[in-house]
Amino acid sequence: MSTGYNFAYLDEQTKRMIRRGLLKAVAIPGYQVPFASREMPLPYGWGTGGIQVTAAILGPEDVLKVIDQGADDTTNAVSIRRFFARVAGVATTERTDEATIVQTRHRIPETPLAEGQILVYQVPIPEPLRWLEPRESETRKMHALADYGSMHVKLYEDIARHGAIATSYDYPVMVDGRYLMRPSPIPKFDNPKMDMNPALQLFGAGREKRLYAVPPYTPVKSLDFEDHPFTVQQWDEHCALCGSADSFLDEVITDNQGGRMFVCSDTDYCGRHRAPHDVSSAP
Amino acid sequence: MTRLIAAAGLAKTYVLHVQGGTEIPVFADAELTAAAGECVALHGPSGSGKSTLLRCLYGNCKPDAGRIEVSHDGSEIDIVSAPPRAILAIRKQTMGYVSQFLRSIPRVSALDVVAEPLRVLGQPIETARARASALLARLNIPERLWQLAPATFSGGEQQRVNIARGFAAGLPILLLDEPTASLDAVNRRAVIDLILEAKASGTAVVGVFHDDVVRETVATRVVAMKPMVAA
Amino acid sequence: MNTPLLRVAGLGRSYGARLGCRDVSFELYPGEVIGVVGESGSGKTTLLDCLSGRLEPSAGTVEYLTRQSEMVDVYAMSEARRRLLMRTEWGAVRQNARDALRMGVSAGANVGEPLMAVGRRHYGGIRAEAEAWLDQVEISTDRIDDLPSTFSGGMLQRLQIARNLVTHPRLVFMDEPTGGLDVSVQARLLDLLHRLVVDLGLSAIVVTHDLAVVRLLTHRLMVMRHGTVVEEGLTDQVLDDPHHPYTQLLVSSVLQP
Repeated sequence: MSTGYNFAYLDEQTKRMIRRGLLKAVAIPGYQVPFASREMPLPYGWGTGGIQVTAAILGPEDVLKVIDQGADDTTNAVSIRRFFARVAGVATTERTDEATIVQTRHRIPETPLAEGQILVYQVPIPEPLRWLEPRESETRKMHALADYGSMHVKLYEDIARHGAIATSYDYPVMVDGRYLMRPSPIPKFDNPKMDMNPALQLFGAGREKRLYAVPPYTPVKSLDFEDHPFTVQQWDEHCALCGSADSFLDEVITDNQGGRMFVCSDTDYCGRHRAPHDVSSAP
Repeated sequence: MTRLIAAAGLAKTYVLHVQGGTEIPVFADAELTAAAGECVALHGPSGSGKSTLLRCLYGNCKPDAGRIEVSHDGSEIDIVSAPPRAILAIRKQTMGYVSQFLRSIPRVSALDVVAEPLRVLGQPIETARARASALLARLNIPERLWQLAPATFSGGEQQRVNIARGFAAGLPILLLDEPTASLDAVNRRAVIDLILEAKASGTAVVGVFHDDVVRETVATRVVAMKPMVAA
Repeated sequence: MNTPLLRVAGLGRSYGARLGCRDVSFELYPGEVIGVVGESGSGKTTLLDCLSGRLEPSAGTVEYLTRQSEMVDVYAMSEARRRLLMRTEWGAVRQNARDALRMGVSAGANVGEPLMAVGRRHYGGIRAEAEAWLDQVEISTDRIDDLPSTFSGGMLQRLQIARNLVTHPRLVFMDEPTGGLDVSVQARLLDLLHRLVVDLGLSAIVVTHDLAVVRLLTHRLMVMRHGTVVEEGLTDQVLDDPHHPYTQLLVSSVLQP
């Protein structure tokens, strides 16, 4: 562990401030709580919100997993994981089922989460109504009065224009039947995983300075129309590496002749699906 | 005979503030009654207040004093002191008015202008238009004009549309202000017939008829009016 | 029908020492259209904002008879309830249609939004109703997916009207509904408004400086000057037999083409 920094980089007062915000967020599922976002050693747009949430809740006994677009081995995931290893000295892992905290950019792990785990999302734009209403004063009022009809306007426009709802990621949801929430740019494929999830889901937006949360076992419903119900992406292909037909697949270009293959975006899931007998604890 | 409209003690003086407060007295103690089946003609020279009195009966002009009792829906309502919605109800169901000028909405066809008093009473559009067609035909408005807005019609044609509208709903009281003013002999006769039919069916008619022949043919009684000398 | 739809008593609104409007009282009955005329600065827009729930008055009350036949004090209720009332029972036609429409979404979405805002969730049904209303306001239904930015001024105003009427409001507040439009377009719009008022049994309060509009559209008239109502009565009576010096001035000032 590096010297010169407090445990997990943030000072204790800042962690308290963030935890107070998180408690409020958990108390009002889906409601955006403002917080005093700190300057972090990486620019806005790189996950400062998620990092601050993780830093605030991290303890010495925690086991941290960090993924970016489902993968543990991309640059950002590696950097953030290494950052916490240095400033907190916590154990890290690539295995979803062994982590106590999973910080993620733009995916929910395929492996189902359990009670006691925490999923921390990195959020660019927390406000689902921002596309429609630029004024913060107005959007706050709309949330306060549950004035959400206009969100369906966006879906209506999609159907009118494309014949179907075109939004495929960051798909708006209703949390606990009360607050309209933006789940961050996860593919809509992942939306059903948020519903009644046993884990705690925390959301941090550093640039926009907002926290929100979905407590365990909270209903989360994706918006739709009765005659255009919510559906998830489907692929004709299976994962080229593990054969999975149930996971979110990335399309990878393999050569300059346009060769391509489809592989699971969740690297941990893919690896374990390939070698199902390779489990950490013996039966 | 049922008295349908009775005015008493009516006084009206125009005060023209835009002309420095000039006062123009019109009448001081006018009175008038009309019963079902009667036609009362207001007669007198220009400036004697005939149109003004008629307009007061309709609620279009506000007298300074007096009462105007109208039998409406089983009770007597005083136009002078009634609230606006009562007067609007009276105009819809009990009292019609044919002014000297037709004022209509730019795009509404002549047929629909005439049909409107019936539509407002809830009649279906086909029935209302049928009645309107019959009246326009009686008043010799060519059928090719029925779908056009009256704004482009001649003065006489506009007046006949106005008259047709006044007679459309067959209300118990009908006020007519110079109805034959711009009409030829044929159309004057058509209007006379309409008035006589209205009288026969129990309408109380109060009118200003400039033409002596018309007046003598339709009027049951004549109320003479003379101009007041300005104070 | 003896209960008024809207009862206004002693309504007033000041901006600090500056007077907006003062001492306005009247009752509006179902099916009535009241005009409010006056020149700039007369207080008529302030009055309309107070009446339509958009501006809290400094004095007086505005009471409204809801669909449930309950007489409610518009400003004694919570903002949430007032906004719901404004959304479900009232309409508001603004002078500049661009302020009232979402220029970035299609005409159909603009008309359908009030339905979605009150919980309608069937795309086909919402679209069909939007189409029906576009037809009612004489906008060609093949423009349902076009953006309002491609519409003319008159079409925008008609689109605004459709957006307002889709929830079947009982009371519509209009602020200079024909302002800034070409005369032929004005005529078309007035005809439409007149027809809708008659066919739908709407009640309305129309603020305007244009006497021709009140003549065509309103049953009753209030003339405002310097924040107070100087004359009121049946529209035709106030225009044909004006008593107050200011009313006489207004009526005599109208240019005859």
